Amino acid sequence: MSHNTDTAPSSHGDVTVDELRLADELPGSGATATPDIAEYALRLGDDALILSQQLGWWVAKAPELEEDMALSNIALDLLGHARALLHFAGTASDRSEDDLAFWRDEHEFRNCWLVEQRNGHFGDTIARQFLFSAYQAELYRELQKSTDPTLQAIAAKAEREVRYHLDHAAQWILRLAGGTEESRGKIIVALGDVWPYVDELFVDDELTARLSGVVPAPSSLRAGFDRTVAEVFSEAELNTPQVKPARAEGRSGIHSTLLGHILTEMQWLPRRHPGASW
Amino acid sequence: MTSLRPRDPEAARVWDIAAQVPDPEVPVLTIEDLGVLRSAAVGSDGVRVVLTPTYSGCPALDQMRDDVTARLREAGYGRVEVDTTLSPAWTTDWMTETGKQKLEAYGIAPPNFRAAGRQGPVLVQMAVKCPRCHSIRTREIARFGSTSCKALYECSDCLEPFDYFKVH
Repeated sequence: MSHNTDTAPSSHGDVTVDELRLADELPGSGATATPDIAEYALRLGDDALILSQQLGWWVAKAPELEEDMALSNIALDLLGHARALLHFAGTASDRSEDDLAFWRDEHEFRNCWLVEQRNGHFGDTIARQFLFSAYQAELYRELQKSTDPTLQAIAAKAEREVRYHLDHAAQWILRLAGGTEESRGKIIVALGDVWPYVDELFVDDELTARLSGVVPAPSSLRAGFDRTVAEVFSEAELNTPQVKPARAEGRSGIHSTLLGHILTEMQWLPRRHPGASW
Repeated sequence: MTSLRPRDPEAARVWDIAAQVPDPEVPVLTIEDLGVLRSAAVGSDGVRVVLTPTYSGCPALDQMRDDVTARLREAGYGRVEVDTTLSPAWTTDWMTETGKQKLEAYGIAPPNFRAAGRQGPVLVQMAVKCPRCHSIRTREIARFGSTSCKALYECSDCLEPFDYFKVH
């Protein structure tokens, strides 16, 4: 038996993209993102990371054991998406997924304001999840047409998982809206509370314009999102909330007061013990 | 689906060794049964095996990677590289028939239809057969079960709870 000392697999291995020609040798890893694509991947990765961190709080606090499992599983899926996206984003600046997650400060995060909103009660979390998953389902379906093979692959993987998240949240919207007077009242208020943060998801800007053809224009995802939401709202006999949009600018690193608290909890351990591993 | 097992005898030997690695969370299945093993190749500087994760956040993948490496080392391969590919995205449609039979015998209901072509915001639920008494009078207790890939069901005839490997 021969042993090389340098052959230990790295803890995460490399993520490669298979060009569908499985019989041939797969292309090596090492797809490097351009600065623009890295910035775009950062937006998607930060959205997934922050929402995953928030959902983790529910691990033993949901109204029933099954929901502990569901919210943790959704958090786990999102963490998987965040890892792939942040790993890819980091290739442009030679930073690892952990560097990006734990060593950036508030103004360097590119997530939308919707995912920063409080967990609140169970209905608040479901309202936030429903709107975000409805957006993500559109996003990842369209992103599968990307000319960037890494974004395309991540989107193909994520889309199926997100469809489960959307279905789960939609089922709860129906159940809560069609439940008791109290549950219906609470979900109506909860949807109104997060509705101001919807518009930000669909804003085109210079970056998405430069990436035209590589990634879908955020504004082009709105119609599909509206259709999904309308379908569920109609079945639940809910009206679209009539509230003004917030002036959310998460894509430029300007955040609500909530993000700092989330980051404090998420980042303290690696910052207190740099380089620590399991 | 065409067989991914390499035709080259050297590479096929690597494939066959890797193919025996069990899923740490569903030990009755091998990574070949699951469709997680995607390719095996022999190069001038060692052997390379490629796996694909079932779910993005699946924690079993790192364990599978370590197990594949360990088995190939034991078989005398010095330099082993195990990589991950995300594309094409894994689907339960790749699970082998043998794998599905093994799952059912183990008490986990296998995926009951093909994933290809599902659309819409609300998923249609097809009847899931109880792996113990084969009744189709079953109901979903929780969409998210003990792992990302499973849901929790209950049989209305034998009254036993069981895991269902979700169509994905």
